[in-house]
Amino acid sequence: MSDARGSSAARRAFLRDAAQGMCGLGLMGLGLAALAPAGHGEAGTAIRPPGALAGDRFFAACARCGLCVRDCPYDTLRLAERADDAPVGTPMFVARDVPCEMCEDIPCVRACPTGALDKSLTDIVDAKMGVAVLVGRETCLNVLGLRCDVCYRVCPLIDKAITLDAQHNVRTGKHAQLIPTVHADACTGCGKCEKSCVLEEAAIKVLPIHLAEGALGEHYRLGWEEKKRNRDAPLVPGLTELPKRGIDAVPGGPKP
Amino acid sequence: MRPDRFAGPAAVAAKGRVAAVRWLASRRSAQAAFLALFASGPLVGIWITKGTLASSMTLGVLPLTDPLLLLQSLAALHVPERSALIGASIVLAAYAVVGGRMFCSWVCPVNLLTDLAHWLRLRAGFKNALRLNRQLRYWLLAATIAMSAATGSVVWEAVNPVTMLHRGLLFGTLAAAGLAAVVVGAVFLFDLAVAERGWCSHLCPVGAFYGLIGRFRLLKVAAPRRADCDHCQDCFQVCPEPHVIVPALKAPAGGDAAIRSIDCTNCGRCIDVCPQSVFAFSLGGKP
Ligand code: SF4
Ligand code: SF4
Ligand code: SF4
Ligand code: SF4
Ligand code: SF4
Repeated sequence: MSDARGSSAARRAFLRDAAQGMCGLGLMGLGLAALAPAGHGEAGTAIRPPGALAGDRFFAACARCGLCVRDCPYDTLRLAERADDAPVGTPMFVARDVPCEMCEDIPCVRACPTGALDKSLTDIVDAKMGVAVLVGRETCLNVLGLRCDVCYRVCPLIDKAITLDAQHNVRTGKHAQLIPTVHADACTGCGKCEKSCVLEEAAIKVLPIHLAEGALGEHYRLGWEEKKRNRDAPLVPGLTELPKRGIDAVPGGPKP
Repeated sequence: MRPDRFAGPAAVAAKGRVAAVRWLASRRSAQAAFLALFASGPLVGIWITKGTLASSMTLGVLPLTDPLLLLQSLAALHVPERSALIGASIVLAAYAVVGGRMFCSWVCPVNLLTDLAHWLRLRAGFKNALRLNRQLRYWLLAATIAMSAATGSVVWEAVNPVTMLHRGLLFGTLAAAGLAAVVVGAVFLFDLAVAERGWCSHLCPVGAFYGLIGRFRLLKVAAPRRADCDHCQDCFQVCPEPHVIVPALKAPAGGDAAIRSIDCTNCGRCIDVCPQSVFAFSLGGKP
């Protein structure tokens, strides 16, 4: 075999091996990509421990080591299994089984070696594990007009995270309904309410924030917020004043 | 490799039963001991090491973290906390000295299963149905890092048989026939019936990574008495990475007879089974 032929055969062999390698790498990459949690749907609807990084950032950090699980004194946390709506091995809890007791020293966060549970959470009251939502408006005893109040009473942030809002009972025409009303800005998602709901299936449930709170479109602007930010000056300077009509035009009518 | 003859009896005849299983027995004890450190907590409430091989805390003072996991996390643009950074540095430093693949043969729980699969396939006389390239694991390692970067998540932990088995044992989820049982079962059957030493010696990116960090290790197996070798091939029969042995055996007298390949797992089985006592552990190299 001449040198020229030998080296071109070697080059072909090299190119073939390289091509095969790249294809193999591509295949492995695709397989791994299919397994990676991406987007809310695959990140699941499980409730995460306090301080968990938001959304998919959690999966860039969590080692699935279970140190948070081990240090939770109430055995609230566990590692997800195939049946759970969370990637296998990641920490989560089911509030109806064991809610979070909102430990003041937050041992789960302290135990986390990777920062998947963010140590900047130093006051458990600031935790955002999820948000409680009164999902069973047809079954909640309070909505039916009775006085149960249990979810309200057990809330560690009673009167901040959850209030009883009085409303006229249209059915009887003379009573009040005291509707358990969760305030998302204060609710930590601990799940004490869900755990304690007296019904067969809880009428109040903790949902992951992305499900519970909805999301405005990026382009959405709230006029009153924008105006406040603009120190109450009109948002569009020199905007034409509209002529007064109807009752506004009557002298002594409503002031603007 | 001679399928008609198992390695071992010749060494037992030459050196006695104890010397012929010395390193194998030490290795199994080490594997059991590492498992016990983690398992004593969940089993009997004596907490020595908490967590898993991915990341752990021993006696509340010694953090250890898998550096491959840390690398994926960094690729996914998350900078882990100090505890994980310190833990990964300790692991890196230790394996840089003793040889990264010592993790494979002395610590990793999957090794118990794949060794068992290999033992069974030899006894059952199964043919190797799939010849794999040993470089595949380095490609898979590269794919793991690339995909962590592309998806912004630690991808290998979604399927890693090492931590899945470990977690399954320690958190009791293996019995629930969850994903861990499926993945680990697949690795076992693959090694048993499809490819000889298929997982650990051809595919596992964890082993590949640990091999790389042991590139300049001090602790090596060497062949100081290679002149006595009578070519019985018993060492090749037991070695999970037989290609690493040749250069050491062929080293000229006075030359470097240490096994330098990053694939050597420092398991010491070749030392055990050699009837001529050709091999020994060495610090540094040469002999
Ligand atoms: S705050 Fe306490 S109860 Fe809640 S998850 Fe953490 S350790 Fe468990
Ligand atoms: S301690 Fe941190 S890294 Fe470990 S499982 Fe819990 S959240 Fe994940
Ligand atoms: S989850 Fe329920 S109990 Fe916990 S803070 Fe929110 S409203 Fe209160
Ligand atoms: S505990 Fe359940 S039934 Fe009672 S008020 Fe709360 S949500 Fe309604
Ligand atoms: S190659 Fe992988 S599975 Fe096998 S012993 Fe090493 S780390 Fe464990």
